[in-house]
Amino acid sequence: MANTGTKGDKVFHAVVFAAALSIILIVAAVIAVMFQSAIPSMERFGIGFLFGREWKPAQEEFGALPFIFGTVTSSVIALILSIPVSLGIAIFLVEQAPKKLARPIAFMVELLAAIPSVVYGLWGIFVLAPLIREYIGPFLQTYVGFLPIFQGRITGIGMLTAGIILALMITPIITSVVRDVLEAVPHTQREAALALGATKWETTMIVLGNASSGIAGAVVLGLGRAVGETMAVTMVIGNSPQIVASLFEPANTIASLLAANFAEATDEMYLSALIEIGLVLFLVTFIINAFAKLLILSVASKTNAAKQG
Amino acid sequence: MSETATTFERKRRGINLLMTSLTAVCAVFTIAVLVAILGYIGVRGISSLSIEFLTDTPKPVGEGGGIGNSILGSAIMTLLAAFIGLPVGIAAGVYLAEFGKNWFGNTVRFVADTLIGVPSIIIGIFVYTLVVLPMGRQSGFAGGLALAIIMIPIVARTTEEMIGLVPHSMREGALALGAPQWRVTWNIVLPAAASGIATGAMLAIARVTGETAPLLFTALNSRFYNYYLDQPMSSLTVQIFNYATGPFEVEHAMAWAATLLLVTLILVINILVRFFTRKRF
Amino acid sequence: MRKFKSSEITAIFALLMLAAVIVGCSGQKFGESSGSGGGGGTIRLQGTGASFPKPIYDKWVSEFGKIKPSVRIDYQSTGSGAGQKALLSKTSDFGASDDPMTDAAMAEAGTPILHIPTVLGAVVLTYNLDGVTQPINLSPQVIADIYLGNIKRWSDERLKADNPEIQFPDADILPVYRADSSGTSAVFTDFLSKTNTEWAEKVGTNKQPSWITGVGVGAKGNDGVMGQVKQTPNSIGYVELTFAKANNLPAAKVKNKAGEFVEASLTSVSEAAAGSVSSMPDDLRAQITNAEGKGAYPIASYTYILVYKEQADEARGKALVDFLFWAVTDGEKYVEDLHYAPLPKEVMEKVAVKIDSISSGGEPLRR
Repeated sequence: MANTGTKGDKVFHAVVFAAALSIILIVAAVIAVMFQSAIPSMERFGIGFLFGREWKPAQEEFGALPFIFGTVTSSVIALILSIPVSLGIAIFLVEQAPKKLARPIAFMVELLAAIPSVVYGLWGIFVLAPLIREYIGPFLQTYVGFLPIFQGRITGIGMLTAGIILALMITPIITSVVRDVLEAVPHTQREAALALGATKWETTMIVLGNASSGIAGAVVLGLGRAVGETMAVTMVIGNSPQIVASLFEPANTIASLLAANFAEATDEMYLSALIEIGLVLFLVTFIINAFAKLLILSVASKTNAAKQG
Repeated sequence: MSETATTFERKRRGINLLMTSLTAVCAVFTIAVLVAILGYIGVRGISSLSIEFLTDTPKPVGEGGGIGNSILGSAIMTLLAAFIGLPVGIAAGVYLAEFGKNWFGNTVRFVADTLIGVPSIIIGIFVYTLVVLPMGRQSGFAGGLALAIIMIPIVARTTEEMIGLVPHSMREGALALGAPQWRVTWNIVLPAAASGIATGAMLAIARVTGETAPLLFTALNSRFYNYYLDQPMSSLTVQIFNYATGPFEVEHAMAWAATLLLVTLILVINILVRFFTRKRF
Repeated sequence: MRKFKSSEITAIFALLMLAAVIVGCSGQKFGESSGSGGGGGTIRLQGTGASFPKPIYDKWVSEFGKIKPSVRIDYQSTGSGAGQKALLSKTSDFGASDDPMTDAAMAEAGTPILHIPTVLGAVVLTYNLDGVTQPINLSPQVIADIYLGNIKRWSDERLKADNPEIQFPDADILPVYRADSSGTSAVFTDFLSKTNTEWAEKVGTNKQPSWITGVGVGAKGNDGVMGQVKQTPNSIGYVELTFAKANNLPAAKVKNKAGEFVEASLTSVSEAAAGSVSSMPDDLRAQITNAEGKGAYPIASYTYILVYKEQADEARGKALVDFLFWAVTDGEKYVEDLHYAPLPKEVMEKVAVKIDSISSGGEPLRR
């Protein structure tokens, strides 16, 4: 009995260990496969690949900058729109709403994350883009049109549309992490602040201050999602690699470039350049997610320490 | 002095009221957007739904046609993903929960979390290079594999979390009776965590059902009912993408109808999961 | 929720594993049977490529499927570049492209590739202008200037000069181009390169040319460009004629070499091909943009199916050859409804010879 026990334990351990190892192997394989395919492009263009402004497959000229610019800008728009709303919802759910109300609301917000990307894209093409073309764009141009980012023609397809869709997609993610973080802040802190005569909002600000690194983690996590989002963006951003100020202009992102062109790339250098830019995206999201995790972990350990101390 | 104090006081109360109501507005606004999106899908989608649409295959433009093969393709690839992804993911989760308190466990945990955040289109490229090119064609197998890779880290992390919720006293009791560890895990811990793991698995399945990007280069698309895993396979999501970006009104209508079906399916899974887990959390 | 018993867990796992094994094995077995295609089973052929002929190819494979239910042909339009790539990487049984392959690309294959012209098509400029439903007149110079960003507004004098009777809106022009590698782009840019030196220098002829940064938006596929134009007021895009017709969007008259503004139609496209029939090269790779002759529409082209001359599998090769021959003969009756022009008679004869030369194991497949 004891013998089969140790033997069984060994087999069991080996099986689950192999499964765990497979996760690391997958990531290692992704990096290895992509790195290998990207070598010709790396050798040819070097670091200049990242700073080149022209993407001309016909001339074998590959510069990733317009795509990096589009990826960063669309994600930043998404964050600017999403952060206040996500924080607002999370605060409402944790600090104000009665539990009975908080639960269904939290669930409905999370449902936004369950809607597939391609559905957001469909909605973007047929609902949001016309809305921006007819109402939102002209409105912005009338009132804040002096800003270069709101100048020029409005087609409904472009950076702003992509940014708004991304904001919708990352709001549930940021909200849910911020909620967890706020809930982790010990209740004693709130009681102390209220006892000192602080208003509910002032108390909330104190709680937010103590949870700040966790909130930063939530934001970075949202950023990671926005950076890698593919289908919804490719359907509304206009697929035009350019670096311009106007948010009404079409742009392109790395993920969207890959979706539209990976299946088409015939010659080796083009394919290699596409995979190199994919590798850049992979590494960037990897780093962003790692960073987010560290931030969230730090708040968890801090509050644990506070609870124990 | 007392006058300024009251103004100050009033200002504080005012800000308090303003900001607390603003947070409520955020919540209401977001839910309104959700309702608007779902409502629009419902209105646009319902008019094109019919038995014929749900069972037929695509036809040349203007001759009708349906998404029966796409439904089947999505089902096959999602099932394949579950067959590969669930056992591996659950086993990895068991490792993390039971043996993962060391540097290797931490590494796996960290890598799994970052893999969850990797854009799914990258997984598509990976599988294309590794499976499609050597195999010589796009296939349902490649599509299912790409979806499985997306599932594994998600399932692993939920499994670990769910096992973590199992009280220590349960396994200690069994261990004290001399049962080997694998028996304890298999007969005591996993059954106790099973409903939680099943929940996580369902959510992961719902998630991959909605994936498009990893299928573009791996499963491609097909006009036919296809049961062969080595052949290109249609999926609801890729079909929606093709119809949505196309020029034909009739195809747009089909995109909305297919979307209604897909979104309903995914929401039903989410709501059921919520309903069953409500008592536990 | 109730707790599961361990026996149930074991059962579920066993079931999962069993199913995984069954799926794995059966996939392989089905793979073999469908791969060889012999023994009266269904033969599946995969085609990938150009979106330009998608409507007619969809119709053809659908009709051919009714005649020969044992052959199932799947055509997925992903763009001409993807068609050539799929053939070279052997992920498809045939590729489709509007742009003939280059010598270099054909050499890459290491084994001869045949170009089978199937139909003639026209690339038209379609636009979304409020109140303008009649065809506008466009000269090659104006088209090039719009896509070069030299003409930015619909109210531009040069547009007015060619269209005195049309009231253009005072709005910015949004040119839409193909973001993917496209035969339609190749035909379009080939025409503009032939007629405009600035275009030839700055953009050139290519499936995926170097669009001027900041001018216009890109979309994927003929469908994508059409969808974009349809969704966006004051835009202009270039697509295959049938896409514009199906959407009731207007198509511009384009000035040809003889100096007349010609509408894209069956006759004007056939006219464009007629002039070059005698000079068609043996490999059938031909460009017919900016053709000579009165009444010729200047942005016309053949579209090709690309196949390997030597088919590895006899049964599949035979099915492919049968389909090709049926398409360019009986299948031509569906062509005109979809606004393509059938092949000229002389070309059809050359194509038949080409199809006859497709072989497997050295034996011709058509008998």
